[in-house]
Amino acid sequence: MPAPEQRRIIFKHIDEPGYTPDIDCYVRNGGYEVLKKSVQRKPEEIVDEVKKSGLRGRGGAGFPCGVKWSLLDRKSGKPIYLVVNADESEPGTFKDRYIIHQDPHQLIEGIMITCFANNVKQAYIYIRGEFPEGARILERAIAEARARNFAGPNILGTGYSCEIYVHRGAGAYICGEETGLIESLEGKRPYPRIKPPYFPAVLGLYMCPTIVNNVETLCHVKYIADVGGQAFSQIGTPNNTGTRIFCVSGHVKRPGYYEFETGKITLGQLLNEVCGGPLPGRKFKAVIPGGSSAKVLKFGERFKGKRKAGAEMVDYDWALEDVPMDFDSLAMIGSMGGSGGVIVMDDSVNMVDALANINAFYAHESCGQCTPCREGSLWMKKISNRMVHGDARTEDGALLKSVADQIAGRTICAFGEACSWPTQSFIQKFGDEFKAYPDAKKQPKRDGTLELV
Amino acid sequence: MTQPAKPDLVTVNVDGREVSVPKGTNMIEAARLAGVDVPHYCYHPKLTVVGNCRMCLVEMGLPAVDPATKQPVMDPATGKQKINWVPRPTIACATNATPGLHIRTNTPSVKDCREGVMEFLLINHPLDCPICDQAGECRLQEQSMGYGRGYSRFIEHKNVKPKRTQLGPRVTLDDERCILCSRCIRFCKEVAKDDVLGFVDRGSYSTLTCYPGKELANNYSLNTVDICPVGALTSTDFRFKMRVWFLKQTNSIDTESSVGANTVVWSREGVIYRITPRRNDEVNDTWMTDSGRLLFKEVRQENRLTAVQVDGQASSLDIAIHTAAELLKAGSVAVVGSGRSSVEEQFLTKKIADTLKASTQLVARVGQGDKILLSADRNPNVRGALVTGLINRLPEAQLSQLGAAIDAGKVKTVLAINEDLSAAGLTQAQLGKVAIVYVGTHANATSAAARVVLPTLTVFEKSGTLVNQQFRIQKFHAAIPGLAGAVNDLVVLGKLLAKVGGSSAPTDLTGVWAQLVGEVAVLAGLSFAKISDTGVVLNASDFANLVFPEGETLHYKPAAASAPVPA
Repeated sequence: MPAPEQRRIIFKHIDEPGYTPDIDCYVRNGGYEVLKKSVQRKPEEIVDEVKKSGLRGRGGAGFPCGVKWSLLDRKSGKPIYLVVNADESEPGTFKDRYIIHQDPHQLIEGIMITCFANNVKQAYIYIRGEFPEGARILERAIAEARARNFAGPNILGTGYSCEIYVHRGAGAYICGEETGLIESLEGKRPYPRIKPPYFPAVLGLYMCPTIVNNVETLCHVKYIADVGGQAFSQIGTPNNTGTRIFCVSGHVKRPGYYEFETGKITLGQLLNEVCGGPLPGRKFKAVIPGGSSAKVLKFGERFKGKRKAGAEMVDYDWALEDVPMDFDSLAMIGSMGGSGGVIVMDDSVNMVDALANINAFYAHESCGQCTPCREGSLWMKKISNRMVHGDARTEDGALLKSVADQIAGRTICAFGEACSWPTQSFIQKFGDEFKAYPDAKKQPKRDGTLELV
Repeated sequence: MTQPAKPDLVTVNVDGREVSVPKGTNMIEAARLAGVDVPHYCYHPKLTVVGNCRMCLVEMGLPAVDPATKQPVMDPATGKQKINWVPRPTIACATNATPGLHIRTNTPSVKDCREGVMEFLLINHPLDCPICDQAGECRLQEQSMGYGRGYSRFIEHKNVKPKRTQLGPRVTLDDERCILCSRCIRFCKEVAKDDVLGFVDRGSYSTLTCYPGKELANNYSLNTVDICPVGALTSTDFRFKMRVWFLKQTNSIDTESSVGANTVVWSREGVIYRITPRRNDEVNDTWMTDSGRLLFKEVRQENRLTAVQVDGQASSLDIAIHTAAELLKAGSVAVVGSGRSSVEEQFLTKKIADTLKASTQLVARVGQGDKILLSADRNPNVRGALVTGLINRLPEAQLSQLGAAIDAGKVKTVLAINEDLSAAGLTQAQLGKVAIVYVGTHANATSAAARVVLPTLTVFEKSGTLVNQQFRIQKFHAAIPGLAGAVNDLVVLGKLLAKVGGSSAPTDLTGVWAQLVGEVAVLAGLSFAKISDTGVVLNASDFANLVFPEGETLHYKPAAASAPVPA
């Protein structure tokens, strides 16, 4: 079956020749029309549209956006904040930066619509420290939008006012975790909060009800406000509506970013047809489908079970290449859609080296607040580093797995899973390679392989 | 004695045992009430909950309710409401009791969680227990025995961190031992209101430190040592002095102010090594001042009085008592009692004064309160003097009336109980005009000028009671034997009372209390034994019109703060 055509909603103008990030270009292309329309509607209507759309968060967890909004504590009398999570730090993910760099007003329009719908008077864009250019572009875009009265006081003469501020992070992965992000925004160390009681929808920024949404999610909101929730829900597949941007990196002929209707393209179509297949003379070995914290998948695996199709349960029997790239299917086969960062590894990669690279990242990024992740992530790094650079033991794989098992599910935030899932899945699926690593190290490396750690 | 309002009770289930606890109690405390220990490090009952150590992970379940009908779902097997167990382990410290909440602490998965956390905490820990001061009272050590694995799988290099940072004048930090529970940080921020500690670096390299240019120098810094669950924060004074398991613990009271913080005195073979706070939720929670911990140093101070003296010559107790009694019986006596004496001593002092028909006064000590656990009144027992009737008005800092009476020749003899009269404003000339009988612990200008010196005991060497600012009568016990040569205050005062003509003159606690309950109305029905370790609040209605100098402290609000009374 040939791969479907890309459907670019969010990335409509990305890489379009002549398209510039300034407001004139955006307005020329129909920009801010949706906002003008939206502020004439009742805020609840927009919330309903988003609920109807079935939009799921694009930051990684895939939590339904409309549900998130409906959990907001609107009766507390406290101000409600919107925090835009632009801390795109998940290795393998590079979608939000293109929105910010090339089409920032799309994001700002999405923010303003979301703010209007939820009666938010102040929004913060928390952008990762490594995006200085992105922060400048956003600052400029906000100033432009303010000058045209799309943001700031008395927006478009409606009496509704809302300010957007850009806040730069200082370079920590954990700031992408929503409560860590909130702490950082408050000027503290980004230690994620315990939930309960600190759910952002009730006790978020400055202990006020807060929505934290991903950049891409808010761009989808703008689109939903335009076409309506019903129309949006027709895109993609049930429960996996809209489009998804896949950031494909690694050992394929054409890495890059591709936007497809969710669930309409399989992994095989994406990698073999859209991305041009493996590099010459190589074979695909493994793929991480949703950012580096997602569990790795092995080519040659088959997945069987029952899945929901409409109201019925049907059997499925998939090779890895047959798996549709949507939240539910990837979860069914034991991984996740995550942030859409597809990392491809071919047969030149030794999985121990690859895991050592991932472990080094997570050990460096653990915030250090809670014990299992703080100690476990560094221990895993020390083990895998020793395997690569020192004495590898055949039992190290089992030890790594055991350490990872002591982390997942026992931490304050999802970082515990993020840092242990790679190890758990690498060893589950490539355990032989870990056992054979002491011998494999003695063999000369193939030409052209990169040092991973 | 007023009863607190009854809190809402809810029934929770801990390992199959039902227990009623106040609503909102967290599950560590609820389990404690059910007799189940939930190990923890970061949780402290008097600090905010952060849930970072993950040691208290338990299995949690809630009664099943049908989402559609809101009706309880029953389990046909047991006939009880079905319990939906949460698949992930939950931290007990941040889980509050709600009706029907179930926790399990003894399942294989909970055991696995604890072993995992213990292993993680130990991999980068130096395991230097043999040279660590915390050994013997180390939660990490104890819980590794109870919940650890017993062997190590860690063959990598341990992290290296600073070993002996001086965080302040009294606290030394070993960062390698630190398990990053953040108790000390929270204490400084929330209780001491001196937010100087924090972590730098991240992940397993996180390091506790002071903010640049700051030091941990507040008067509560040693509490961080107490609450540190490991040997990371140690007292610079106590460090390497003594193994804690050799030390005897004696309940006592901090006498530096009228707060009356509850303490434990740690001693061995008649030597005190340290003082730590003792929990009393109505007085000092689990805290005390650093200054209060130093008070034991007075026991062996250079100027400690250790010899009975008459006219500058060493004498026997009986001769000295006889001499003193003769002086007192000559009439024109003024008694200067002390706000630092125990209730029992004040009672005997009053009886002496009554027998002699002498005037009585106290010396006030008023300083700046710190709004936490140091009150403005630096006498620990002014209220005891009021309760026993030794005085009937608040003391003044200067004994100017007494000075005038001496100058006028109305006073010929002064009985001074542990108070330096010259420090209280009497001139050397005035001291020269009277015969002084000095009963006290340390040498000073008054003892030097005294005809008779009767050396007595410090609070650490005797037992008794004090009445704090809340009119709470609290007990202290002798931690060490009295210094050779010093005599128990009750013996001195009792014998003196007998000699000056008192009808009944007890010389021990039991004897004094037998009279106290009969003669002091607010103590009726009490006895020394009946006073619990956390004290008993006395009826203070007789003193409602007095305006005490104390401002607000941790568990005390001044009653008459709204109506300032003209001086």
